[in-house]
Parts: sequence; C-alpha cells; structure tokens
Amino acid sequence: MEAYIKGIGIVSPQNTFDTPDFLTELVEHNSKTLRCIEPSYKEFLNPILSRRMARIIKMSIAASSVCFKDAKIDMPDAIMTGTALGCLEDTEKFLVAIIENDEQFLTPTSFIQSTHNTVSAQIALQLKCMNYNFTYVHKGFSFESAVLDGLMTLAEGDAKNVLVGGHDEISEKYYRVCDRIGYWKKEEQVLTMDLINMESDGSIAGEGASFFVFSNEKTENCYAVLCGIKTIYKPESNAEIETKINELLHTKGLTTNDIDLVVYGINGDARFDKTYNNLKEGIFKNSTATYFKHLCGEYQTSASFALWMAANIIKRQTVPNAVLIGENKSKVIKNVLIYNTFLNTDHSVFLLSQC
Amino acid sequence: MSSKIYITGMGMISAIGNNVAESLASLENSNSGIGTLENIRSRHKAIIPVGEIKASNEELTAMAGLLPEQQSTRTALLGLIAVQEALKTAGITDIKEFRTGIISSTSVGGMGTTENHWYEYLDKEKTGPWLKYIEAHECGDSTEFIADKIGIKDYLSTISTACSSSANAIMFGARLIKHGILDRVVVGGTDSMTRFTINGFMALMILDKEKCKPFDSDRQGLNLGEGAGFFVIESEKSAKGKEILAELSGYGNSNDAFHQTASSPDGAGAYLAMEKAFKVSGLKPTDIDYINAHGTGTSINDLSEGTAIDKLFSKNVPNISSTKAFTGHTLAACAAIEGIFSVLAIKHNMIFPNLNYVNPMTELSFKPTTTLEKGKKINHVLSNSFGFGGNTSALIFSRHQ
Amino acid sequence: MDALIDQLKGEIIEQLNLEDLKKEDIDNEAPLFGEGLGLDSIDALELIVLLEKNYGIKVANPADGKKIFQSIRTMAEFIEANKK
Repeated sequence: MEAYIKGIGIVSPQNTFDTPDFLTELVEHNSKTLRCIEPSYKEFLNPILSRRMARIIKMSIAASSVCFKDAKIDMPDAIMTGTALGCLEDTEKFLVAIIENDEQFLTPTSFIQSTHNTVSAQIALQLKCMNYNFTYVHKGFSFESAVLDGLMTLAEGDAKNVLVGGHDEISEKYYRVCDRIGYWKKEEQVLTMDLINMESDGSIAGEGASFFVFSNEKTENCYAVLCGIKTIYKPESNAEIETKINELLHTKGLTTNDIDLVVYGINGDARFDKTYNNLKEGIFKNSTATYFKHLCGEYQTSASFALWMAANIIKRQTVPNAVLIGENKSKVIKNVLIYNTFLNTDHSVFLLSQC
Repeated sequence: MSSKIYITGMGMISAIGNNVAESLASLENSNSGIGTLENIRSRHKAIIPVGEIKASNEELTAMAGLLPEQQSTRTALLGLIAVQEALKTAGITDIKEFRTGIISSTSVGGMGTTENHWYEYLDKEKTGPWLKYIEAHECGDSTEFIADKIGIKDYLSTISTACSSSANAIMFGARLIKHGILDRVVVGGTDSMTRFTINGFMALMILDKEKCKPFDSDRQGLNLGEGAGFFVIESEKSAKGKEILAELSGYGNSNDAFHQTASSPDGAGAYLAMEKAFKVSGLKPTDIDYINAHGTGTSINDLSEGTAIDKLFSKNVPNISSTKAFTGHTLAACAAIEGIFSVLAIKHNMIFPNLNYVNPMTELSFKPTTTLEKGKKINHVLSNSFGFGGNTSALIFSRHQ
Repeated sequence: MDALIDQLKGEIIEQLNLEDLKKEDIDNEAPLFGEGLGLDSIDALELIVLLEKNYGIKVANPADGKKIFQSIRTMAEFIEANKK
C-alpha cells in the first residue's frame, strides 16, 4: 500500500497557506498557545454559508480548497479526516449555553456543528461530493487512522484521488482545562523557538488544518510517495518501538541506514522527549534530525503538520534551518521517516520516499 | 488475506436488556425500553420519553467487574460491558493469540461527565476525583479504556460520524481484515445519554413527546436512547473451528451532500450507500429477506430512507421494520445494536416488529412489519444507519453457509 | 409596526450572524428563505428561539415557521397578534 502525495493545503500557526515559501519567514508566537494564521475566507466561502461556521471549519475548507487546486483535481473519490476534538469551540458554546440558560432558549447551530464529522461533511457539502466520507476521532491516532484508510481505499482500486486531512483547534478554555492535568508548561514565559532545549514538564499548545490529496497516479508535481504508516499503542520498551519501525521499513526493503532524515515530534516535554532521543542517538544516529512542534505546537493531529513538512523536504530537497537539529547530514534526501507521539500513549511512524 | 468476514461474537446493552439474550426476549415480547428519564438531571425530564439503561454508573462499574476506583465515563462503561459479552460469545480467552484490534465509535465520548464538571474543570481552586475525567472527554479515551481492560494492543481507532458511526466502525474493521492488517477486530459503538444531546435534539425540534412511531404518517420525531453494541469479526484464519454466527457480506458508505442535518427528500445518499453494500456482497435486492431500517421516526429521515428503499427495491420491498421504538435512537451505537438484531433475525428466523405504527405514509409503497414474524427463513438482512453531515451507511448480514 | 420591524431586523441580523447585512438591505416584504435572504431550516429554528426568548411566544411545531417567517412583515404581524 502506498500513495503519491499529489497536493497539499495547510493552515497552521506558520505562514504555510498557499505560499511558495517554505519556513524561511517564521512566525514567533509570544504565547504558550500557538494559534493559526488564518487566511481570508472570501475566496473560498460565500458569506451566507460561512456565517455560522466556526474557525476550524473555515480553516479546513480553505485548506482543502487549496489542496485540490494544488493537486489539480475538482472532486476527491473519498474524504477521510482525523480530529481528536472535533469542533471544540462550538462544543463549548453549546455546553455553556445549556448550563447558563438552564436548558432553555437553545438554538441548534452550535450543537449541529459540535458533531465530530462536521468538517468532512462540510467539505462534501461544498463540493456536492457524495463519495465515501469518514471521520476518525482517536486522540493521537486520529490523523493516522485517516491516512491508513486513505492508503487502503486507494489499494482497493475504486478510487484514484482521496482527500486525507487532520484538523484540531485549541480554545482558551480547553487550554485551561488541559493545563490542570499537566499538558502544558508551567513557566510564565516560554520561548517557543527554544522548545527543544527546555527541561521542564509539559509542552505548548497548538492547532492546525492540513489536507492532502493521496493518489495512485504519479504526476510531475507530486511531492513524495507515502510508503506506509504504523501506529504503536503504549509501547512497553524502546525495543518494541524499534521492532515496529523495522517492520515498516522491511515492507519496502529498507533498513534504518536507508533513512536520510527523520522528523521527530519532540515537544519539549521532559517526560516524553527521551523516546525521540533514544531513536535520534540510537538507530537513526546517522540520519539528519528535524523537529516541528516549536512551529505548530502540540496537538493530537500534529503529525499532519509533520507530513506536510516531510513531503516538502523531499520535493524541494531542502531542509529549512528552523527545523534542523544539529547538522544536515544528507546530500540527497530519498527516504524520510516521521516519528510522533501524543503523550507517550499513541505513537506513529510514517515512511516517505522520493517519487 | 481473508475474503470473508465472520461474526463470531456479539454483545450489547441498551434500554431493552443488559445483554443479547435479554434484548432478544424484549424484541420477541414487544417490550419497549422507552420510558421516563431517571439517571440524569434535566428540566425536560417530564416532557421527553427516552430509552435509558436503568443502572447508575456505579452499578455499571460493578457489572463490568471493576472496582469502584476504576469507574470511568458512562460511555466507556457501557462499551466495556458490551465488549466483554462479545469476547465471551466468541470464546476468546487469549487476546494475544491473533493480531487483534478494536474499532469503536461514539458521538458523545465523555460529554456526560464533562457537562457535570465543566466549571469545576475551569476553576483552579477546585479539585476532586473528577479531574481524571478531563482526558476522558475525548472520544478515543473510551476506546483506550476498553482496550486496556481487555488487553488489546495491536490496533486501536475510533470513528465519529454521528448516527452512522458504528456502521462505519464495523466497515473499517472488516476492511482491516481484508487487507491482512488484522486477524480479528472488536467493532461497534457506544453512547450514553447526556444533557448535551437531549438539548441538542430538543433545539432541532425533532424529539417526539410520545413514543416514536417510525414510518407512520403521523410520526413526530425520535426518542433518544443509550447503549453499546459490539461484534467480534474474524478472518478465515482466526475463525477456523469456531461457531460462526453470521457473515458480514456487504457494506457501503456514502454522503448525501444535501444539508448539514437534514436528509435529501429523494434519499440519494442512502441509495448510494445501499447500492455499494450490494456491490461488495455480490447480492441483489431480491436476495434480502428483511430490512432493519434506520427509521428514526423523524419526518425527514423516514421519508428520505423510505424513498431510497422504494427506488432500490423497485417498490418490491421485503419485510422491513425499525427497532428504534424498542431502544430509542442510540446514536453512535445504533448501527451495531441493530446489526446484532439483524444477526438475531438470521439466527432465529424472526422479523422484529416496528412498534407504534398505525397510519401508512402515502409517499411510500411499503408498510413495515408490525408484529413478530417467525418461521420465514432469513438468509440476508440489510441494515441502514444514517447520520448528521449527510453520512449514510448500509451493512448486509448473511447466513453462514 | 414600523418600530417593531426595525427592531426585528436588528435582532435577526444578530441572531443569524448576518454581519454583512444592514437593516436597510432587508426588504420588509421579500421572502426570508430561499430566494430572498437565502436562509434555511436551521435559521428557522433560530428564529423560533428568537420569538420565544425576546417576545415570549412559543411555536411548538417547526412546520408553522413557514407561514410565520415568510417575510419580515409577516413575522412582525405574527408577533403583534400573539404578544402577551
């Protein structure tokens, strides 16, 4: 099972939307919450439609539109997205309205939009796309499940182009709630660009909407081949992680020595970064090391930002300085691996190769 | 790779019973589970009937064989109880014997707890045992809770596509087997009653103040329910030598792409989903002996679904009923629960009644079956489930030959 | 009646997030749904809540909305007739 990444559209806390720039002009967020740089929606949505839409829906529609343009397709043969929290702001809005109004005078709009599959549904509705439409909502496996489904759907032979997305939004309240259970750093001020050097517990919050067209057709503009994905639930040892990575590599006849570059989900959380360090200083000590969560923050579907980054590194054969850890050891970047975990519970590995 | 998907286990809990046997007895005796809301506080208590499981979270914790301190959200507890039964009927004692995964689904996740503690969550001064439920808010948390209790590690995922969720979980699990990624998968869904959903459906003005009347021309809306349903589905390899309850022969998902909540009047999405399920199964509409309809009792769903069925079956519709008047609409769990009813229909050659039906809809060619029918051989059952966001799914269950 | 119509327009713009519209853009007689303002069934439910919350009028059957919300004027007339 593999897929050509044919198009990408991404709204993130960096200037990543519909731009030729690749992480040279960085946005530094003076906050422990990295919010997205939102595009102007006028081009993508008529105001009558967008007036009820929450931020995450608008960002996702804009990102998927750009993705289709990039892939030069009008209609995907299937849509699969991952989101751990769905439309968080609408969920909170309806919840608060129930409590504040003591279950009276409630309007349905925020309830409707609180449904987890609203984004994939709205994309379908905009396109009048009646094809397969799935939404995965499993914490750090949400986007990963959508990716696997995308690969499976292409392998089944009925679909040529599928839209695969990952989207989650952070709200001020949910930040505060998760802060209570140790998700975020306690320091008053955090230099987000220095995240990798921090030695305290917790990370910084982020969000994003990233969409990809996976295809079984190779095109001239294609970014990379996604050669496979593996998820690992609560690994008991480093050996288990390494076994799973090797299993994935072996399906393509590769070994760890063939991996030119690794994208790590390092998030500055002293409790969990050792998982990445073991790989970086162990089986991948000869590969170029990169990371990304100082740019987009930590969130359940952040691997979608990493996939955008990895695909661009392969296509452009450049590694932005902003993401490098140490030196760039590779002249040619042929095979890239992404290793990510959310809270050390849900782990995932993606393997990409040059087209 | 397995070309067939064998059902070897099933488990459920809903307003009509704490397990499959109790549920079957209720179906046979036309015992509806719709009644008054008791377990949660709501100002709508006296107005809206619901299909509620008459057990507190503490009682559910004990039922699942857990210690009081292991209590989780109602969604997770209901799911665990149904999964335990499914594993038991499948005769699975060693979960590590084959590559085993779990694909669950839920629409509310931990909302039932979040809505009770939201302001406490936000207040740094307050602390309590409820802090552990913050993480349980996420849909995937209930799946991980269940997986941890039964020892599943090879693959976990959770789907949320509103009221078609568990149909899609079953479908994804079946495809994981067909692709050779897993040997067997626990698939289904779980949803608990919450003030959040009660008020959401109230605001949409689609809750019937009486017991729901699917496919009746005087239908006034749906009754909310709660519950969980899970199957164990297996490949040829892992099912070898085991009792096969039925096969999952077809599945299809499509999108109506008409409106965020309302189904299209012609049921275009529903039609496509059923058509895909037929294509996967290699069956024809004339092979179907019974349709377990989505049939929520809302004005729009029943017309849309009925119209699509009429079109697909060329107005030659086999026995059809909605069992929502028994369980209420159990949202993410309904497709798995009704999937279990479909397997029971095959196993016992029975067609379960569509309760509370009096007046035919003039728009449709068919009338649902309103009394228990026994004796007709049931080989293939079509089961529909449709959700918000135009999500339409259809499953076909077949007798194991 | 004119004052009520004016007030109602403001409330509708707010309730339905029609930020790009001004009161004078809404014709008193033009249909609110479909061709006119382009509102849909979810907006109808929003307007039912508006009637209950701001004017104390309960509409039990959403199907009744069709007649009531034909235009701003029919809505105002309905409020006048049913106001407590």
